[in-house]
Amino acid sequence: MRYTLFLYNDESAFAEVTPEQMAEEQKIYGAYIEALQTAGVFVDTDWLQPSGTATVLSLRTGERQVQDGPYADTKEQLGGYFVIDVPDLDAALAWAEKCPSARYGLVEVRPSAMPADG
Amino acid sequence: MAETEAHVRAAEVARASYGRLLALLAARSGAIIEAEDALADAFRRALERWPETGIPDRPEAWLMTVARNALTDRHRARAREAPADGIEDLLSEGATDPEDIPDERLKLMFVCAHPAISPAIRTPLMLQTVLGLEAVEIAPAFLVSPTAMAQRLVRAKRKIRESRVPFVLPATAEMPARLEAVLEAIYAAFALDWQGGTLEARDGSLAREAMYLADLVAALLPDEPEALGLSALIRLSRARLPARLDAEGALVPLDAQDTALWDTGLIAAANRRLTAAHALGRPGRFQIEAAIQSAHADRARTGATDWPAIALLYAGLTRIAPTAGARVAEAVALGHARSPDTGLAALARLGPGADTFQPAMAARAYLEAMAGRTEAARASYRSALTLTVDTASRLYLERALREIGPDPEKTPRKG
Repeated sequence: MRYTLFLYNDESAFAEVTPEQMAEEQKIYGAYIEALQTAGVFVDTDWLQPSGTATVLSLRTGERQVQDGPYADTKEQLGGYFVIDVPDLDAALAWAEKCPSARYGLVEVRPSAMPADG
Repeated sequence: MAETEAHVRAAEVARASYGRLLALLAARSGAIIEAEDALADAFRRALERWPETGIPDRPEAWLMTVARNALTDRHRARAREAPADGIEDLLSEGATDPEDIPDERLKLMFVCAHPAISPAIRTPLMLQTVLGLEAVEIAPAFLVSPTAMAQRLVRAKRKIRESRVPFVLPATAEMPARLEAVLEAIYAAFALDWQGGTLEARDGSLAREAMYLADLVAALLPDEPEALGLSALIRLSRARLPARLDAEGALVPLDAQDTALWDTGLIAAANRRLTAAHALGRPGRFQIEAAIQSAHADRARTGATDWPAIALLYAGLTRIAPTAGARVAEAVALGHARSPDTGLAALARLGPGADTFQPAMAARAYLEAMAGRTEAARASYRSALTLTVDTASRLYLERALREIGPDPEKTPRKG
């Protein structure tokens, strides 16, 4: 079963991160991805630019509307995600617990709604 | 006659087997709603058939077979649009007699109290899935409409299936925290019935269900002292049920209850569980709460309440579970064990929130009266009354207020 781990965190905390600290973070995430791959549960991941770079588009009013984002202006912003394939929620939560960003932000775990054989 | 007997027997089987059968039917797929529907089919058919055919020798096996067939039918009907849900795995195992297969109710309870399930719905979920209570029976205790309760239950059951909350026992490392959540949910069912605020609206049935669940967990996890502790705690509280209200319906404080009305059998059974729990050497919140109730119950034997022992137990309890209720009870125990002022000082440490917390205000009035400060006590009793919503507590507080004596300023004047 596929689960997506959405990583939310307070972007303002990243504003003062030094290049050395950033390199260290990347190493930590690299190790996490490697652990997911070794366990055979890794599907996909991405690391997003800060929410100030977001652009929002909608056609729901019948017209194409484009505006400066993000969609929700909250303190904690979506900063990235992991898609993993594990047997059940407990396994997904165990990987969420190991996710580096859980230590300073929060991880939302959502099951996939796509049929298993996709 | 036969029909009545079939109904009674079906009701008995339902009570004992509902959760057992449901847990078994839902364990593989996590599809509680489908399992409930299948089981409801089976019970309906039992009520149609048993009056004619007689009650089967093994009614549980009969129900299990019918429910599994209903699940298979449902599964076949859905097969074209939905992938296999794991139901086939269950059906291919060939086990039809619940007595031959493991009891999955404990796993079901861990699912109901899983951290991913909202704490507010855990107790209703357990009452429904393990005991078979309907939303309409559960809703009043939680002060919501049956429709709202039904919706919340369905939402939780869908989450269990869609996010695949596994039907497994927690690993040893996680057991204490996960078990605590299960016991909390059971305790909540008990407390709903027990709290003064709702006492008059209940007939004690939820407390009875809570005792059943607590006994079940204790029986299935005999090496978990907290499970034994909760079972003992609920027994000790229920033992005093007949003495809780006087003839006028006023609440009777624990240390003033007529011990002749207490159920000595329940107390003895609770004390045996508590002894077994202590022997396991891992103290916890429910064991301490039960020990406090056991110390109170001991008054039936000794004729006096051992307040120093009770105050000591409360000190232990508030260290690991510093709830407002426990801290108020500790203050009252200290008031008895040492002095009313010691108790009042403990109450003062609760902070400003205590001014709107009914038990804290009632305890303050009680301790002030004990200290002989009648003016202060009178004012506190009046404050406590404005915070009181249930009749039993109101009658008790009104009487306590009268017993302080007339208010000199409010003595009726002529003319």
